Amino acid sequence: MNIFSQHWKKIAHSCVAALSWFAFAAHAVNDLPGGPSVRQLGLHNPATKLAQEQADLHWFMMMICLGIFVVVFGVMFYSIWKHRKSVGHVPATFHESVKVEIAWTVVPFIIVIFMAIPATRTVIAQKDTANADLTIKATGYQWRWGYEYLKGEGQGISYISSLDNEHRLLSNNGAKGATPDDYLLKVDNPLVVPVGKKIRIITTSSDVIHAFAVPSFGIKQDAIPGFVRDTHFRAERVGDFYGQCQELCGKEHAYMPIHVKVLSEADYAAWVQKKKSGAPAAEDKKTAAAGTEQVAQAAVTVQK
Amino acid sequence: MSAVFPSHGAGADSHDHDHHHPHGWRRWVYATNHKDIGTLYLLFAFTMLMLGGVLALGIRAELFQPGLQVVNPELFNQLTTMHGLIMVFGAIMPAFVGFANWMIPLQIGASDMAFARMNNFSFWLMIPAAVMLAASFFMPGGAPAAGWTLYAPLTMQMGPSMDAGIFALHILGASSIMGSINIIVTILNMRAPGMTLMKMPLFVWTWLITAFLLIAVMPVLAGAITMTLTDRHFGTSFFNPAGGGDPVMYQHIFWFFGHPEVYIMILPAFGIVSQVVPAFARKKLFGYASMVYATGSIAILSFVVWAHHMFTTGMPVTGQLFFMYSTMLIAVPTGVKIFNWIATMWKGSMTFETPMMWAVGFIFVFTIGGFTGLILSVAPIDIQMQDTYYVVAHFHYVLVAGSLFAMFSGIYYWLPKWTGVMYSETRGKIHFWWSMISFNITFFPMHFLGLAGMPRRYADYPMQFADFNAIASVGAFAFGFAQVYFFVAVIIPAMRGKGQPAPQKPWDGAEGLEWEVPSPAPFHTFENPPKLDATATKVIG
Repeated sequence: MNIFSQHWKKIAHSCVAALSWFAFAAHAVNDLPGGPSVRQLGLHNPATKLAQEQADLHWFMMMICLGIFVVVFGVMFYSIWKHRKSVGHVPATFHESVKVEIAWTVVPFIIVIFMAIPATRTVIAQKDTANADLTIKATGYQWRWGYEYLKGEGQGISYISSLDNEHRLLSNNGAKGATPDDYLLKVDNPLVVPVGKKIRIITTSSDVIHAFAVPSFGIKQDAIPGFVRDTHFRAERVGDFYGQCQELCGKEHAYMPIHVKVLSEADYAAWVQKKKSGAPAAEDKKTAAAGTEQVAQAAVTVQK
Repeated sequence: MSAVFPSHGAGADSHDHDHHHPHGWRRWVYATNHKDIGTLYLLFAFTMLMLGGVLALGIRAELFQPGLQVVNPELFNQLTTMHGLIMVFGAIMPAFVGFANWMIPLQIGASDMAFARMNNFSFWLMIPAAVMLAASFFMPGGAPAAGWTLYAPLTMQMGPSMDAGIFALHILGASSIMGSINIIVTILNMRAPGMTLMKMPLFVWTWLITAFLLIAVMPVLAGAITMTLTDRHFGTSFFNPAGGGDPVMYQHIFWFFGHPEVYIMILPAFGIVSQVVPAFARKKLFGYASMVYATGSIAILSFVVWAHHMFTTGMPVTGQLFFMYSTMLIAVPTGVKIFNWIATMWKGSMTFETPMMWAVGFIFVFTIGGFTGLILSVAPIDIQMQDTYYVVAHFHYVLVAGSLFAMFSGIYYWLPKWTGVMYSETRGKIHFWWSMISFNITFFPMHFLGLAGMPRRYADYPMQFADFNAIASVGAFAFGFAQVYFFVAVIIPAMRGKGQPAPQKPWDGAEGLEWEVPSPAPFHTFENPPKLDATATKVIG
């Protein structure tokens, strides 16, 4: 056992050393509420009931797996320790047992059914996109998102949401110096939604497959050209929530973030008012000023 | 004198009537001997492993810190795509065919593979395909960058290298199909008298099942990429939404190939481990029959789980539930295998030479990959994990720690038979611990990154992901150098015949016909069908 404990000590020491080195030497950065935290170990802090259910399911699965892990490898390492030639163990001659083999086929089968039951409930809840208060179409473009408010308060609003260009330049420059906490997650026009309302997101794309994902809401839905798909969420608190495109969509795949701003109902109504009364023109100007070819193309497709 | 690279004297070991087999380069180019072709496959696979590894280190170098430092996003996507294609089609699959070539005839008491010339052809077909794949980096627009899954319609935007890649995959697929036909015919027709199917070593069994899987699904891949090709150049719209095609249909077809492909890459690994564990536990494999049935069940189930790769495409509830249940079901036969290996070790008399270290390491890390697979099979959790680093961690735990570690186990186990010399136990152990530790440093933190939502195939990432990425990159370089060490310190000396001469059966618990021939295995073995004892593990005349 000496060799083993020495190895483990070495591993543990080097891990701790490496971690602390990175902690001090790496970029000074803080947690981003609604986005990733520094050295985050688990799922995002849920902001919807469905995300909470996913997190619970994950813990449930983790605990069962951990239990099986401890039992199975407990037996294996006990055997490795006790049944060695060097401790003089003589091999037994058994090599089958119908009873045991049936038991370890049936027991995992039952465990799997036990796992499937709560998962089934969540699957069904996730696909229930009916009776939404607000329906928004999210269109993937290479490499930005277009949002169109199709139904509900704010109907008719539409705009393009792209990564802040400074962040893109910062990335090209190797992200040196002081980088903001929302590095690669800051957009010009976030998606704005009211709190506590059921929001249905319809996804599609104008070029290749993208995926609309916001981890805190527990949603991820591919945006597929030529097809519409949908997902939904009901945010339980106001704040900023972040996601990123999750399906390889070409060279700027890493640079089309999603920023969802959840507002109180009053603030949301005010935002809709502002957006409807002339502000869209300003948005259009801004978009035109950004002036890349893709944006122009994207806007044309949106009008279609 | 090694069997791998003997100079001119090799013929002396073999039988008299074989005095006209070619020497020098002709021996390899015109090779029809299963052992030579096995060696060629293994060396080819190792070359591709190194090439794919360099690409992976390119990825890890870029991801060492946030921001773009080493490569631009275009090249980054080329690196991820080509790393995947080369490792799957160039390294793992050919390596197992190499094992099959070397070991199947030896293990079933056959003189050679059934179709010796087709065997030569299926190896040499891989060379132009591999050259074309590697050369795609130098084509206009660079290598394919649509991911190894080659999803439509992103493939429509690729440059000419996409066509080269498709052609290369066609050729590699043809080579695999020929190899599989050869393996099936060899196993079914050329077993020595007394070697009944249920007495075959498990490596032979797993390869028999794998070969059927390959024949079933390689044409499906060929179909999918041919439709991609005609969409690109001949105006069809199978997957092109601009003409009414369905990009999701591509994913269904691809994964109908892709999921059995996963088992193609792991079943022979199960076979190797099922041979190594009993040898070093000095105890017969527990539950031989249930191992065979479990392998068969996994193979059959592998055809009905494909859409678990597509939970986020927006399937109907019934589709999600079906694929979730069928995927969870795979845990049962896989669990049976793990339990059988542990029951084989139980009350054995174990020693831990390098092959056993790798086999135990395989069981340990592969099971972690199995657990994350079970977690991913739960559709609501998969909604969070799909296309994140959690998936990257998961499939590297089953493909690197699974397939590759099992192959290392097999290499150390059979190397004395192949070369006639013992490898250095110290170097083998260094290779094992170095790989095992650095592998986990590389891939374990990726679970955290994935849970935190870091998408895969990203050239740059938010600052919060920086530390775990840095750790993973350090581990990746260490893991890469471990394999260079393996080649320099273990493989090259063995091929040169340096080391203690190997006895005919270096492992006292090992069983099987390969240990009934001298070490190194002579150029020709079992030219006359051997007479076997009742267990079909010994030659009695």
